[in-house]
Amino acid sequence: MRNIFAVAGIVIKELYRRKDFYVLFILTVLVCLIMASVNIFNDKQIVRYLKELCLLLIWISSLVIAITTTARQIPAEREQRTLLPLLAKPITRTQLIFGKFLGCWLVCGLVLICFYVFFGALAASRDHTWPLLNYFQAAFLHWIMLGVVVALALLGSLVFAAPSSNSTICFVIVATILTVGRYLDAVALAQPEPFRSMLYVVYFAIPHLEIPFEMRNLIVHDWPLIGWNFIGLYLLYALAYTAAFLVAACLVFRRKPVN
Amino acid sequence: MPVILKTEKLRVEFRSHEFRQATKIALAGLDLEVSAGEVFGFLGPNGAGKTTTMNVLLGFVPPTSGAAYLFGIDVRQPIARQRIGYLPEMTYYYKFLTAEELLRFYAKIFGLPRGETDKRIDQLLKLVELEHARKRPIKSYSKGMQQRVGLAQALINNPDLLILDEPTSGLDPLGRMKVREIIQRLKQEGKTVFFSSHELGEVETICDRVAIIHQGELKAIGRVNEITGQRASLEKAFLDIIGFQPITAP
Repeated sequence: MRNIFAVAGIVIKELYRRKDFYVLFILTVLVCLIMASVNIFNDKQIVRYLKELCLLLIWISSLVIAITTTARQIPAEREQRTLLPLLAKPITRTQLIFGKFLGCWLVCGLVLICFYVFFGALAASRDHTWPLLNYFQAAFLHWIMLGVVVALALLGSLVFAAPSSNSTICFVIVATILTVGRYLDAVALAQPEPFRSMLYVVYFAIPHLEIPFEMRNLIVHDWPLIGWNFIGLYLLYALAYTAAFLVAACLVFRRKPVN
Repeated sequence: MPVILKTEKLRVEFRSHEFRQATKIALAGLDLEVSAGEVFGFLGPNGAGKTTTMNVLLGFVPPTSGAAYLFGIDVRQPIARQRIGYLPEMTYYYKFLTAEELLRFYAKIFGLPRGETDKRIDQLLKLVELEHARKRPIKSYSKGMQQRVGLAQALINNPDLLILDEPTSGLDPLGRMKVREIIQRLKQEGKTVFFSSHELGEVETICDRVAIIHQGELKAIGRVNEITGQRASLEKAFLDIIGFQPITAP
């Protein structure tokens, strides 16, 4: 565990010394504050649109940070040749992969804390309410789901040579799952065989990341809390996918030449 | 003196993924032994197999056949690397870290306690003359400073064996002299140094024994004066051993 934490610590240091997070955070804050300062259509429920927009920006920003931070980890180590002195020390490739994963996932957690605290403050300034448990459920599921994305991007960084191609492919996959993932079974039902079976296989094989994405409604429409047993089940579901991607990443990395 | 680095009939082949491309033999049955306290120069022209040998010793490349041992432990086991330090050729360390943070990171991987880490970092930064720049990010370092921070990271665990891949490559004469001085100081401390270099003058000055390999085969091994023999210099001996034919005017 010591080696895993050491590698994760370097990833976290990298985050707060680079400008990516600050740029995205400031942009999100600026857009939301500008939107909050105007009252379009004199709508009393405008705060809902404001919340929805703010959460959408948080989702986009968190995905950008998760995917771009993870996608460059191993390729940068290889390009800068820091992988050589690192692997010449008593650390295994599996520990390196797990360290990188943990670092990127913790980075996502820190980023989400900043974003959700800002969101809470913005919403409270208009709503004068603090539904903290709702925020916690939304942020927690969001973070769990980012774990799957980070593991996927880490696997991609070992398969695709360039971080840019890996990032693009990850964005396309995640965006597709978020937008059409939950309709695939309905689409499959309307298809003739063998397309129906093929679509069903895809529907059951992909990680359903859209569930935390829909948690936005919980906050936007002030819906009651969802059951903690459901949160626990989703946690197990997401951890299973994360573990599968990480095992695949370790197997690929084991066969990869270091230089 | 105990043997701490040993290769036995080490053979490494790289299979080409391209159709009808022959398998490349990087090492063809290399036998080497390096004893404790030696400074051992590993020489050969580009593509001779020096870096491949080091990659096998560090566990980066599995041997096709034969075996390699560090301190009597098979190099495929990570524990074999507990007592070694490695400086690769031309590495650009994490730019966002300072020299102190970089050394602290590597010390954590070796599991050094905090007090010992602090002491070791102070000693090493003094040794490589980077005390004044310890809090500066590595991105602001010159090439010579980066090479010296590399040498410091290779020494963080107070290793018994140092493997250096062309440690003076790309450095100016002053930088080369500083690295040479550090290697000589390590020799006085009784460390074993295994290093590859193209600077034959420097090899002649600091090495106890040298090995010359060419096209993956060991061509000569022994003390510098044994290899030089009746020839004028190690460079002349090196060129003769690898079969270099000077171009003569028509």
